[in-house]
Amino acid sequence: MVSLTINHQSLQVPEGTTILEAAKSAGIVIPTLCYLKELNEVAACRVCMVEIEGSNRLMPACDTVAQEGMVVFTNSRRAREARKINTQLLLSRHDCQCPTCVRSGNCSLQDLAHDLNIIEVPFEKQIPKNTWNMDHPLNRYASKCIRCLRCINVCEKVQSLGVWALNGTGEYNKIEVKDGADFSAAHCALCGQCITHCPVGALVERDDTQQLLDAIDDPDKITVMQVAPAVRAAWGDTLGFTKEQATVKRMVAAFRALGVDYVFDTNFSADLTIMEEGSEFIERMTHPGEYPMPMFTSCCPGWVRFAKLEYPELVPHLSTAKSPQQMFGAVAKTYYAQLLGVDPERIFCVSVMPCTAKKYECSVPEVNDAGAGRDVDMVLTTREIGRLLRSVHVDIASLPEEEFDQPLGIGTGAAVIFGATGGVMEAALRSAYYLITGKNPDADAFQAVRGQEVKGWKAKTLEINGITVRIAVASGLGNARRLIEALKRGEVQYDFIEIMACPGGCAGGGGQPIQDGCELAGERGEKLYVLDKELPLRFSHENPAVLKLYEDFMEKPLSHKAHQLLHTDQTKWRL
Amino acid sequence: MNILLDGRPEEALRIHAYMLRGGYQGLKRARQTPPQQVIEEIKSSGLRGRGGAGFPTGLKLSFIPQQEDTPRYIICNLDEGEPGTYKDRTLCEHVPHKLVEGLAICAYAIQATQAFIYCRAEYPYLVDVLKQAINQAKQENLLENLDIELRMGAGAYVCGEESALIESIEGHRGNPRFKPPYPAGQGLWQQPTVVLNVETLCNVPFILREGADAFSSVGTPDYPGTKLITLNGDVEHRGCFEVTTGTPIKEIIETVGGGVRQGRALKAIQVGGSSGGFLKASQIDTPLDFAALQKAGGSLGSGAILVLDETRDMVDLCFNIADFYRKESCGKCLPCREGCYRGWQIIRKIQQHQANQQDVENLFLLLDVMKETALCGLGQSFYLPIQSCITLFEEEFQAKLRTEVGGGERIS
Ligand SMILES: Cc1cc2nc3c(=O)[nH]c(=O)nc-3n(C[C@H](O)[C@H](O)[C@H](O)COP(=O)(O)O)c2cc1C
Ligand code: SF4
Ligand code: SF4
Ligand code: FES
Repeated sequence: MVSLTINHQSLQVPEGTTILEAAKSAGIVIPTLCYLKELNEVAACRVCMVEIEGSNRLMPACDTVAQEGMVVFTNSRRAREARKINTQLLLSRHDCQCPTCVRSGNCSLQDLAHDLNIIEVPFEKQIPKNTWNMDHPLNRYASKCIRCLRCINVCEKVQSLGVWALNGTGEYNKIEVKDGADFSAAHCALCGQCITHCPVGALVERDDTQQLLDAIDDPDKITVMQVAPAVRAAWGDTLGFTKEQATVKRMVAAFRALGVDYVFDTNFSADLTIMEEGSEFIERMTHPGEYPMPMFTSCCPGWVRFAKLEYPELVPHLSTAKSPQQMFGAVAKTYYAQLLGVDPERIFCVSVMPCTAKKYECSVPEVNDAGAGRDVDMVLTTREIGRLLRSVHVDIASLPEEEFDQPLGIGTGAAVIFGATGGVMEAALRSAYYLITGKNPDADAFQAVRGQEVKGWKAKTLEINGITVRIAVASGLGNARRLIEALKRGEVQYDFIEIMACPGGCAGGGGQPIQDGCELAGERGEKLYVLDKELPLRFSHENPAVLKLYEDFMEKPLSHKAHQLLHTDQTKWRL
Repeated sequence: MNILLDGRPEEALRIHAYMLRGGYQGLKRARQTPPQQVIEEIKSSGLRGRGGAGFPTGLKLSFIPQQEDTPRYIICNLDEGEPGTYKDRTLCEHVPHKLVEGLAICAYAIQATQAFIYCRAEYPYLVDVLKQAINQAKQENLLENLDIELRMGAGAYVCGEESALIESIEGHRGNPRFKPPYPAGQGLWQQPTVVLNVETLCNVPFILREGADAFSSVGTPDYPGTKLITLNGDVEHRGCFEVTTGTPIKEIIETVGGGVRQGRALKAIQVGGSSGGFLKASQIDTPLDFAALQKAGGSLGSGAILVLDETRDMVDLCFNIADFYRKESCGKCLPCREGCYRGWQIIRKIQQHQANQQDVENLFLLLDVMKETALCGLGQSFYLPIQSCITLFEEEFQAKLRTEVGGGERIS
């Protein structure tokens, strides 16, 4: 232990503790900007400067280890002045378009400037030019970048892709795609993790909200919305709702208040995915030598992009099942159009996703098969839907709760947990067990795959009716790479592997509401497990709407029709 | 007194000539004593780093954990990025064996078997000279198990900063690391590492051969020995010279430099390169000594002395310094990246008669915050030359200011 004083308060902290952490433990706040624990400890922004007795310079609290006998002042005049000037310098290069910035009210630079009572910037404003092609699902405003380096390190350390780099020196340095390449040529998974870790509005998703409003206002269009599982665990954050206010049913009411015609649940197609993917897995498992093994899940488009870009040789190992989003679109524009008795061209299919990669996925020709435009016309992130909800000026908190529409609004607990890492695997195992043994397991029998591994993956060997199944679950692309490399070295062998691009799964998706410095995947995932437990149906193969779909339309899992609409040829879909 | 430049350039690569002058005797003596003893000898000689910071060399060596089974490295800093400074180059050209010997002694002292020489990108021809010297020493079986590898620099001034240099040798972009941990604990590839300047290393053979006392009796007690200076600017004879520390600057200008050019009057000097402070003509009795120069408002730094005669425009000079910094900042930490640029911008405004008093005040705010919060020595050292230039020659700057007052831009 080390003893020190901070602002005259005596403290004891374990050796190696930074001044920032020591102060925090004593309830003393030191403002930070670039710092993200373990992810971005670059000490670049210099706003966390503190005064240490006996040192002729100020020291960055985030990067200075507490030493025995240190006397620290976090709020001395010198420290405050330095902090203020450094923040003013940041502002002199930052395009302060606060009223029209999607991060306004949720921007660490804005907070800092307010907290330091900065009402003036004594330096000439010089704003870098934006040169980004804003058609990409991921947009970048150089004019707002504060060069904190977080995006570089998140992409490099967590996702192992290293898309971003700091190029140039001095005032000219800027964050660019590595080697100055064009973004469209970069091996970017479009996971959006750099967006959720940007402290300001420099990295954002492409805003597609107007497109939805146009469709709603178009009398010829029937707007059909699907809502992904993880959205329900986070949508309330965009409105500052409490847990009690942000219920699933109120979410349905809110989305309906926007004016969409039908609010459905991606849980329906998640159950459908389990039927197809689970059956595919059993087919592969029971025909050794006929298919490439292990089989990888394919429901995360960030992961699918990663696999296609970084490990093209693994593409035949990907399940041919489409993602729940695309399955929903294919069903909406065929089966559901028939049910409604309308021309599928009139259906406008919008999905609300915790994800930025889905914005790209819906435009891929190989996953569009219903023959009426795109199967999913457009994708909004949880953040975008939050912005739309604010724009309709409805008191959402007091809206009475409403149910999803039928029949594509029916989902089971197995589908809800798709939103958390391990959820797809757990749901698949629940149904695979049934398909193999003819009876249901305890719904909570496969809990072992729950939870996030920060570095590494979860693995388990199961015995189902004499069949041994070796499974693995990884979230975060860096972990995916670790797992794949171990497979390639022959250190591990699995039959079925679930991979989600975002750490913690969709709950921590790149399209989810941002709370700077907080990793909320775990907390949001927990909410999904609670919902699972509360639902009367917890097995995908018991979803009555899915069973009816097979009975009336798809015939059975892996049928010809199912292949046509719900599967894709992964090898043809290239990047 | 010549401790360093004691050989003739044409004999640079004649190892036997060097050995006849007592070369490699220091290494031999070192190897006969325990490593700890070698460090003690260097410590008691009072030798301080010649790369700029003046850190006691023996002390630096003693920070390397002894008797541990981990690899450790020694790096010779031959990056010499300071404009107008070429003392390290001169040493390599004249006495390359002195460098090899010094490196071998220090490597022995910390029990390192791998050394690097980090050579400035603009000095490719030195690589050949140094390689030959190393090979000659190897052939004479002088290096034992020591391997000396040459690495080319990345061409940026900041790469001379020791942690940036380490990053660069590791193959990364040469950005300074934040410290601690210091190189002595976790340097190159996270192993204990010592970085020493060429001139520092070249002093070591003398200390080991003649003894610490012989060294410490030369020059001032605070900064014993000699110092290579690079004399630039308005003097009759420019060049690199070896001067005993404690010699008054005035004497250096007059005797070594042959006086101010064309008999003009002296206006000012800048000692220590672009990071050094200015001294007025009235201060040139100041001795060439670390502490004395610091006290006078300058800094010894790498030993560059820029002589400025009465015709010089101090605002222009100040601008050139700011321009150098602006171009050399790596841009990783905010205060240096923005501070260098904003400072440069304000000085340009002054130069163009566009600035007012408020701008000057803002400039001082910037200087302070850079000194206090910049991540590495580059940003921190912007303060001294600019501050001393403006303070010493205030009238010249004032004369170029506009009188009306205006504030900064309001943002909302
Ligand atoms: C911006 C910057 C540039 C530097 N450039 C050099 C250089 O070119 N050569 C050098 O020996 N030291 C340079 N230094 C000093 C080194 O960081 C380091 O202190 C020195 O190599 C240590 O050697 P010494 O103890 O022998 O002086 C530089 C420091 C800074 C902050
Ligand atoms: S979206 Fe993901 S993969 Fe792409 S740059 Fe951002 S963090 Fe990297
Ligand atoms: S884009 Fe955002 S995260 Fe990346 S350096 Fe700029 S401000 Fe930081
Ligand atoms: S938060 Fe400490 S330097 Fe940026």
